[in-house]
Amino acid sequence: MHPAFSVIFFTVSSGAGYGLLGLMAAYGLAQRLPLDPWFGWIGFILAFGLISVGLLSSLAHLGHPERFLRAFSQWRSSWLSREAVLSTGTYIPAGIFALYWLFLAIPARDATLWPLLPALLSALAAAGCIATVTCTAMIYGSLKPIAQWRSRWVIPNYLGHSLFTGALLLHALSTIFAPGTDATAALVVVGLVVSLAVKLAYWRAIDRMVSPSTPGTATGLGRFGEVRLLESPNTSENYLQQEMGYRIARKHARKLRAFVMIFAYGLPFLLTLVSLVTMLGVYGGIAAILAALSGLSGMLVERWLFFAQAKHTVMLYYGAKTA
Amino acid sequence: MTSLPTPSAKKLGLVIDLDTCVGCHACAVNCKQWNSGGVAAPMTDIAPYGADPSGVWFNRIHAFEVGEGDSGRTVHFPRSCLHCDTPACVTVCPTGASYKRAEDGIVLVDESKCIGCKLCSWACPYGAREYDITEGVMKKCTLCVDRIYNENLPEAERVPACVSTCPASARHFGDLGDPDSTVSQLVADRGGYALMPEQGYAPVNRYLPPRPKTSCGSSAQAMPSALAPTAPDSAGKFLQWIDRLLS
Repeated sequence: MHPAFSVIFFTVSSGAGYGLLGLMAAYGLAQRLPLDPWFGWIGFILAFGLISVGLLSSLAHLGHPERFLRAFSQWRSSWLSREAVLSTGTYIPAGIFALYWLFLAIPARDATLWPLLPALLSALAAAGCIATVTCTAMIYGSLKPIAQWRSRWVIPNYLGHSLFTGALLLHALSTIFAPGTDATAALVVVGLVVSLAVKLAYWRAIDRMVSPSTPGTATGLGRFGEVRLLESPNTSENYLQQEMGYRIARKHARKLRAFVMIFAYGLPFLLTLVSLVTMLGVYGGIAAILAALSGLSGMLVERWLFFAQAKHTVMLYYGAKTA
Repeated sequence: MTSLPTPSAKKLGLVIDLDTCVGCHACAVNCKQWNSGGVAAPMTDIAPYGADPSGVWFNRIHAFEVGEGDSGRTVHFPRSCLHCDTPACVTVCPTGASYKRAEDGIVLVDESKCIGCKLCSWACPYGAREYDITEGVMKKCTLCVDRIYNENLPEAERVPACVSTCPASARHFGDLGDPDSTVSQLVADRGGYALMPEQGYAPVNRYLPPRPKTSCGSSAQAMPSALAPTAPDSAGKFLQWIDRLLS
């Protein structure tokens, strides 16, 4: 599948944004969100910013972005429409919770002000983040012609990567603005282990995957022997081949997977350990920022591979031996 | 609505005979001609006379080699929308632009609602949908919905353009939901089949397999008797010699 940069950027950016927003909401629900104004302002701006930039970037690959409101209408059948509804819906409880936090709780230095409403809002916001990321995963997970995306590891992957990148951002924020916030480094390690485990499980699953569809079933001619393409219908590549027949990253999959292991997991792990050394002072904060940047760049390559290693059955009509 | 309607009794579709298709691409060309002025117009071409031409086609003709040696064969294979009973291209559509008609099962795109997200083309295992980069919307076979019900056309022409033009009569149009229709009978007689049934899309269109090859035995025995010397004795020595030489 062709990895459109806008879609890769969208899923990584909004994934990290929903991870951070969900974790801030969860910390708020547990009344463990630091009352530091810098942490609050920069945290919420970063979370909403990553989500909004991601959503806007996803509009960039549309043929008619001005008709985007229509995408809210078919939530009964379409995961893409559900994603649109839930992603915008999450702004409401998360936005009101952020306003409460920034304009009431922080100035009053009291996280327990009006306990019930913020608890409800933060719970809704966290649930909205999880539901939206699940919808993003299901857009891919529901596509039957792409066997790799039908893997049961796709939803755990999107949720795991979102948790991990969100934890990296939360840890960077707390290291700089609110040292002593509970368990952010532990959360990075938990997120890393979950994200890495589901990524390895996904790679293992797709490496062993055999699609039931073959050139024989695609043409129904398998009963007569091996089916080989003799003549393509078209002399230059058409839309289908450009969109579904992307092969560049597939060729370099091994190297790119190594890149993901180093930049998404290895370096962030080491840099997070460095950030815990309190005597480093400001350098600890820089290490935590570098950990987050490294993790996000690794995730961009991970997402690129997710597309490039996905094979569509239509290519069986254009000479592919397997799907 | 992109939710699917209750399956209709009437299932309009095509039956394509792979035994008689000669791979001439006339169906694809007439499809392009009709639909360039039809309901899904334009069918955009990009650099049609350039070095790297591309564009939207609803129907594309592949050619496959199947099997080896004497039992091998070349099969021309037209590929277009199969107007599936459970088309995921419709249900994934976030806008309601894609829909399946309740009355006859035709799968269509309302281009005025399409946002061009391309997800439907990803959801189609058969590659039936092609994105029009200049219009910014998705396009697909309409089963010539603007011909088959068109009372301005003579009744004989109220069939899809691809069917009307096929010089080998390899394409048939009709109601595959009616077991007594001509197309259903054809499917029953010839063992017509659906493509990639394992994908679970329940396509309506059917393909008729190539008929078994007639064996002419080994090549040594295959010499037709007509090639035995035929010149009568009265033909003279020279002509008899020529006849033997050529036989």
